[in-house]
Amino acid sequence: MEIKEITIVGGYDKNGNPEPVREVTIKRGEIVGVVGPTGSGKSNLISDIEQLAQGDTISKRRILVNGEVPPIEMRRDPKKRRIAQLSQNMNFLADMTVEEFILMHAKSRGVYRENIVDEVLELANKLTGEPIKKDYNLTILSGGQSRSLMVADVAVISDSPIVLIDEIENAGIKKHEALELLAGYGKIVLVITHDPVLALMTDRRIVMRNGGMQKIIETTEEEKEISRKINEVDNWLLSLREKIRLGERLTYEDVSLVVKG
Amino acid sequence: MKVAIIAGTPGAGKTSVLIHTIKTLINEGYNPVVVKIDCLYTDDDVRYKKLGIPVLVGLSKDMCPDHFAIYNFEEMVDWAKDKGDILLIETAGLCHRCAPYTKNSLGICVIDATSGPNTPRKVGPFLTSADIVVITKGDIISQAEREVFRERVLEMNPDCRIYEVNGLTGQGCVEIAKEIIESKDIEDLENEELRHNAPLCICTLCVGETRVSKKYHRGILRRIDGFMGYEGE
Repeated sequence: MEIKEITIVGGYDKNGNPEPVREVTIKRGEIVGVVGPTGSGKSNLISDIEQLAQGDTISKRRILVNGEVPPIEMRRDPKKRRIAQLSQNMNFLADMTVEEFILMHAKSRGVYRENIVDEVLELANKLTGEPIKKDYNLTILSGGQSRSLMVADVAVISDSPIVLIDEIENAGIKKHEALELLAGYGKIVLVITHDPVLALMTDRRIVMRNGGMQKIIETTEEEKEISRKINEVDNWLLSLREKIRLGERLTYEDVSLVVKG
Repeated sequence: MKVAIIAGTPGAGKTSVLIHTIKTLINEGYNPVVVKIDCLYTDDDVRYKKLGIPVLVGLSKDMCPDHFAIYNFEEMVDWAKDKGDILLIETAGLCHRCAPYTKNSLGICVIDATSGPNTPRKVGPFLTSADIVVITKGDIISQAEREVFRERVLEMNPDCRIYEVNGLTGQGCVEIAKEIIESKDIEDLENEELRHNAPLCICTLCVGETRVSKKYHRGILRRIDGFMGYEGE
């Protein structure tokens, strides 16, 4: 089935009141942000979509695919669900090597391709500092390495029409590259973020409060321009971080734009 | 009478999954009753009683709880008969070499996704001969790891139906209740059979021998080199 759009049908907030936003439809090619304070229910919204909830989660939301209730097999079988989720939970518990894990995951998704392990690792290693090797045990990967591996996994193995991202800015990885890689072309992308650069890169953002969708804000042209500007600041900060990472010293010259020496 | 046997690793969330499932069964107009089999101690009966349903506890003491459950199968069904229409037997399991499921009961295995994808290979018949495998705690690991876990379960039991369940919120338990409702009745209790044999265990240790030396042991014994034989008269 070709997925053209998904619709979130509103449920209830933490107090049992109907959430103000009753329905949101997201079409292919659109990136939607999810913003709101911690504990406001952002992750639950994403997880409702991942499970294709039908009134059976805490929020009682329902998710429609192309305007219809998705078939039960689509809910049950990850091969048919075609939703990639990048969650905050990225501590590996699996006691296996990176290679075994990638091969198993490819199998679970029905992806059979030669060199799949190299493909995933090559991409992952573009996003992280110290390279991940295929014979590493998963449990020894650092936070940044784990997240890079997961981003590459989503891009290569779970390459799905619906992509859900939960706060990649915490990842210690190159987030712009990561988002571009994940968003791809013609996908439905939801991204939870506190980061103004990422939030303003989206077309619309759902504002969450007390477990409910409060309102939807369209990103203005002015905001998109602001996003580009703060992106420059962000890149500048990143360059300072890189210098420190590489064991260099910073001087007033590095920060002359904003700090008077 | 419909009988569902629920087995699973300790702490996987069997009781939580069952409680949410029972709520759905009650809402659908059924009268479920529960037997909880444990080894030394349980307070799960208190949790079940809060649902206002009949609960029976069986403590197997120094006997394997799955063996205990099997020996007392008729008693449990007799006890349940005039109290309800669905008997749910939750058994503690021990070595996970057992499969307490009988041919006409619904075998439900509850397993914890955070125990790692090698666990399905280690636990044996209670997973491989289950009709339904319920995977819990998937919400605290990544999607990829969840899918790898699921794949491992399918490698071990290709015919099972998998449900990913959240034991805290009960998400996914409606489907399990549906499976129980649609399961077949046990009609001929006398001829009901186990789905898989219980573990090999007829030896002097079973009747209280405590000395470890090889020379004191009789029965069907397996040596570490893989050789198995019968010692005795």
